[in-house]
Amino acid sequence: MRGKAWKFRDDVNTDEIIPARYLNTSDPKELARHCMEDIDPQFMEKMSPGDIIVAGKNFGCGSSREHAPVAIKAAGVSCVIAESFARIFYRNAVNIGLPIMEAKEGAQRIREGDMIRVEPEEGKIINETTGEEYQVAPFPPFMQAIIAQGGLINYVRARVQESR
Amino acid sequence: MGMTIAEKILAAHAGKARVTPGELITAKVDLVLGNDITAPVAIKEFERLGVETVFDRDKIALVPDHFVPNKDIKAAEQAKLVREFARQHQITHYFEVGQMGIEHCLLPEQGLVAPGELIIGADSHTCTYGALGAFATGVGSTDMAAAMATGELWFKVPESMKFIFHGEAKPWVGGKDLILHIIGDIGVDGATYMAMEFAGEGIEALSMDGRFTMCNMAIEAGGKAGIIAPDAKTLDYVKDRVNREYEIYESDQDAEYALVKEYDLADIEPLVAFPHKPENTRPISQVGDVPIDQAVIGSCTNGRMEDLRLAAKILEGRKVDPRVRLIVIPGTQAIYLQAMEEGLIKTFIEAGGVVSTPTCGPCLGGYMGILAAGERCVSTTNRNFVGRMGHPQSEVYLANPAVAAASAIAGRLASPAEILG
Ligand code: SF4
Repeated sequence: MRGKAWKFRDDVNTDEIIPARYLNTSDPKELARHCMEDIDPQFMEKMSPGDIIVAGKNFGCGSSREHAPVAIKAAGVSCVIAESFARIFYRNAVNIGLPIMEAKEGAQRIREGDMIRVEPEEGKIINETTGEEYQVAPFPPFMQAIIAQGGLINYVRARVQESR
Repeated sequence: MGMTIAEKILAAHAGKARVTPGELITAKVDLVLGNDITAPVAIKEFERLGVETVFDRDKIALVPDHFVPNKDIKAAEQAKLVREFARQHQITHYFEVGQMGIEHCLLPEQGLVAPGELIIGADSHTCTYGALGAFATGVGSTDMAAAMATGELWFKVPESMKFIFHGEAKPWVGGKDLILHIIGDIGVDGATYMAMEFAGEGIEALSMDGRFTMCNMAIEAGGKAGIIAPDAKTLDYVKDRVNREYEIYESDQDAEYALVKEYDLADIEPLVAFPHKPENTRPISQVGDVPIDQAVIGSCTNGRMEDLRLAAKILEGRKVDPRVRLIVIPGTQAIYLQAMEEGLIKTFIEAGGVVSTPTCGPCLGGYMGILAAGERCVSTTNRNFVGRMGHPQSEVYLANPAVAAASAIAGRLASPAEILG
């Protein structure tokens, strides 16, 4: 994963990620059109596929809606790095196959526009712009597999079929 | 470095000697729970998985309780979907109307939870079972679907916080007040991600019912789990209910905590959480003049035997204020029956209250006691968010059952001591 960093503050809530007024659909493409709309209305115009969201503490707090990580993933964001995530957002992100990394130091030191490379298997975040490297807990293999499969349901389905 | 009780339970279920906070693990679960709101979504996801059977028909609990007995056609359809799934997969622990109760009162009572077990539920108050020394946490419907198919789920090992209560509780102070005290202190996000461990002589003195109440509201501080190490009371509770092997865990002396808080029970009086956050707590002596329209005694927080006995003690021989609607909801059929045998139901009715069959009902603004604009309710439930019990301009005040009963009599927030004179 490699892309430009877009920075957000602490406590970004699920209403800011995908406003409730758009929840009458669960179509990922529709949701992606409004990704981050209430915190940065230009986000979707500015970002390119592969870019990375870098945020402060408690990213994804608020309701338990699975639509929030779905919108981010469908927008083409390759990874979300934050100081910390709200618990249910964290679960939902993994379960729908959105890579996320909890990296306190990295989230604080990365600046908007920095070119970031993430190596989840090694637990490494590399800031190509500044040359800094931040170490985080690596994704265990099963979690890499969930994300590679595009989410928990696909992952379980694949495993179930294998074991037949 | 030692481990906490939460870490030990997670390690054991992941087949590891030890786990550390922040670590991601896959662990086997002992029970998967869903209700009439969350199970239908999980069942649809389950059907996408292409598996024919659930992992273990004895380890899934389906409890329609939120809108059951069916409140409307939509609720009836949801309940039907769950019922048909339960029949198709021959789920042992499906609870039909007549057997069912509020899930978090029912599961421990039916012996479906034992110390040391790992339990997930597609309901945020699944953390209630930590009172038995289990690790129990709320998850999403997708998680429930995956766990029903495979019997395992991924977890992030939480850090732990420890809350120690010293001394002896004042009169009318119970588990509800202890947990409200913590939430008032650390805030509604004070324990996000964390396992909240409760300890000290104040906890040892609590009944099992009081401990369920405390662990139930761990989520109101953002906690992933509430947990209390098993003691003689715990073992006594599970003795006649659980007939399988289980493991007792407790935290090591040198276990590491993100935070340790110590409280003196001498400083704690009955508390009321004002709208619209459970952290807005005030001692009952400082609530001022707050007239109420409704009092609800019930829910997975305070719908157990001890709660009903406390409320009845206050209501016995007295009358509810004519401006107040008192609604009492025993948590399960067994509690209902016991309350009847003890004469408590008679007390509630003679006092001018109504008694309902077990249901979540008003707790989440479902039915059986919805509030109109401008109305206020004192409630033994766990959430007082905007619109939780009805109209967005209504208000919910959270309190223990004795305070709720006393307030029903006074027609305003009142302390039990004031009513008993
Ligand atoms: S009683 Fe209230 S909090 Fe408890 S499970 Fe039912 S709706 Fe949820």
